[in-house]
Amino acid sequence: MFHDMDAIVVEKLGKQFGKISAVQDVSFTVHEGELFGFLGPNGAGKTTTINILCTLLRPTSGQARINGFDVMQQRSQVRRSIGLVFQGPTLDEYLTGFENLRFHAYAYSIPAPERDERMRELLQLVELWDRRNDRVRTYSGGMRRRLELARGLLTRPRVLFLDEPTLGLDPQTRRRIWEYILEMRRREGMAVFLTTHYLDEAEHCDRVGIIDHGSIVELDTPDRLKDLIGGDIVSLRVEDEERALMELRGRFGLEPAVFDNTIQFNVPHADQFLPEFIREFSLPLQAVSLRRPTLEDVFLKLTGHAIRDEASADSIPTPARRL
Amino acid sequence: MSEVFTGFWVVGYREFLRLLRERARLASAFVTPLLLLVIFGAGFNRIVAPLDGQVDLVQFMFPGIVCMSVLMTALFSGLSVVWDREVGFLKVVLVAPLSRVGIALGKTAAGSGVGLFQGLLLMILAPFIGLSIGLIALVTLLPLLFVLAVTLSAIGIFVGSQMRSQQAFHGVVEILIVPMVFFSGVFFPVDKVPTWLGILAKLNPLTYGVDAIRQVILNARYSASFESTLSAKGGVDLGVTVFGHRMSVWEDALVVSIFGLIVLVMAARSFNRQGT
Ligand SMILES: Nc1ncnc2c1ncn2[C@@H]1O[C@H](COP(=O)(O)OP(=O)(O)OP(=O)(O)O)[C@@H](O)[C@H]1O
Ligand SMILES: [Mg+2]
Repeated sequence: MFHDMDAIVVEKLGKQFGKISAVQDVSFTVHEGELFGFLGPNGAGKTTTINILCTLLRPTSGQARINGFDVMQQRSQVRRSIGLVFQGPTLDEYLTGFENLRFHAYAYSIPAPERDERMRELLQLVELWDRRNDRVRTYSGGMRRRLELARGLLTRPRVLFLDEPTLGLDPQTRRRIWEYILEMRRREGMAVFLTTHYLDEAEHCDRVGIIDHGSIVELDTPDRLKDLIGGDIVSLRVEDEERALMELRGRFGLEPAVFDNTIQFNVPHADQFLPEFIREFSLPLQAVSLRRPTLEDVFLKLTGHAIRDEASADSIPTPARRL
Repeated sequence: MSEVFTGFWVVGYREFLRLLRERARLASAFVTPLLLLVIFGAGFNRIVAPLDGQVDLVQFMFPGIVCMSVLMTALFSGLSVVWDREVGFLKVVLVAPLSRVGIALGKTAAGSGVGLFQGLLLMILAPFIGLSIGLIALVTLLPLLFVLAVTLSAIGIFVGSQMRSQQAFHGVVEILIVPMVFFSGVFFPVDKVPTWLGILAKLNPLTYGVDAIRQVILNARYSASFESTLSAKGGVDLGVTVFGHRMSVWEDALVVSIFGLIVLVMAARSFNRQGT
């Protein structure tokens, strides 16, 4: 039932906190070397899933294996084969960056020659080599995150867990963190299990599981998830919405919806469809725009709500091309 | 087995580094015992006359004060667990492939190390209150203090592993300290108190620690005659009797060790059960 090649196998996992069902009947597989993402809003159960997989929490139902090791029966082997960057801060601020890494190296019994080389390699990668002998309390948020990433990679894990690795960082730092992640993945080929509620980060993933209220709603590659939308998204602005809607439904056989005075509908290959549509449409158009669907649209369609509360403002279509 | 050892030394090593970094903690390791001694020494000697010129009160209380100093440091060392939880570092320790017993031992080693150091520091002051502690007594005291410090520190670590906030930890430890100190024979012999209190005292590991250390320190000063002298004069037997059996130094040490072992296992189990 379990393949040797699978980094993570999760079957019907469930976690109950009293009356709260944090995770319900979650099943998925992450292949060796795959970059796999959990995309979901606050409280969806992402961290709870990671805590179960990394042996910090016991599930109330189901089972899971990491690199073939059972997370409940073979915890020591599981712990040896994973690296983690937790959601919240986890550094010892009284120690230097170097000492934090060294503690980790000691805890995982990395042999001395390899340890020194590896610490240097990683500290240079995340650009903290010059600051290695400063206490962590003098580090900025971005530096701490980079140090945690270096620490997570220190033991050359076969599976790396990243729980919202860029939460609260500015766009530039986020991009740098991502460069390190992708670079390390290229060098070492470990599987990465990532949780995020940033859509652009989910785009980096080979496959994305959309999780809401503790359950996986849909799981596929980002492109195929977007295909669920049924083509590109076209937005129109017209004077007379009622008549426009009638014409779109009747003459074009579309299923338009109205958001904030804007009519939206999905069509495959909208770039070819639009020129003809503009010629044929009988009402005067005030604005037309077309864009590729995003995972946000997928999320909205699948769960009926936006991934972030404030995201409803983002979801007003920003015209990609104005005609 | 190697996971136990690695857990023990890695966790202990970090505590040691932290201790050196935090000057306040380092200073308190020195200051607390000195303060205790000055207060008790100067204060009580003036108020209370020596007990019939044989054992004066400060000398009687000295072993208890040593134990109290060890108790404070050892119990409060459990705070480091709460602190680690609050800053998230505990998660990193708990997902590492370290034995939970090893982690508990490493934490305990740090607290008991400082406690033991304080206990020994106080010994240097013994001559100033008219007690001379010879080499043999000192060599005997070392393992006794060690066992006591480890046990008390394990209690602190166990409490720490159960608490989610520093406030909660302080609350629980303060509730523990008062009965542990007063029902331990630091201030009055436990065999001369009401039954219920005596039972409480005999469930208290500190009682045995105080008894063992007092036997060593005071016997060195008064030799065997001191017990009988006091009893003969209608005074009190300072020792601890369990089921009619007068506890010897090593029996006391055994009781303390067993107590410590049980608490250590409880602490390790508590680390095992929790994550976040
Ligand atoms: N220790 C706990 N005790 C009780 N409830 C908990 C506990 N941990 C998590 N929960 C609950 O489980 C649910 C899922 O929480 P979880 O932290 O897994 O969400 P998340 O997807 O990581 O969210 P976020 O994006 O905010 O980090 C939430 O409703 C949360 O309140
Ligand atoms: Mg989370």
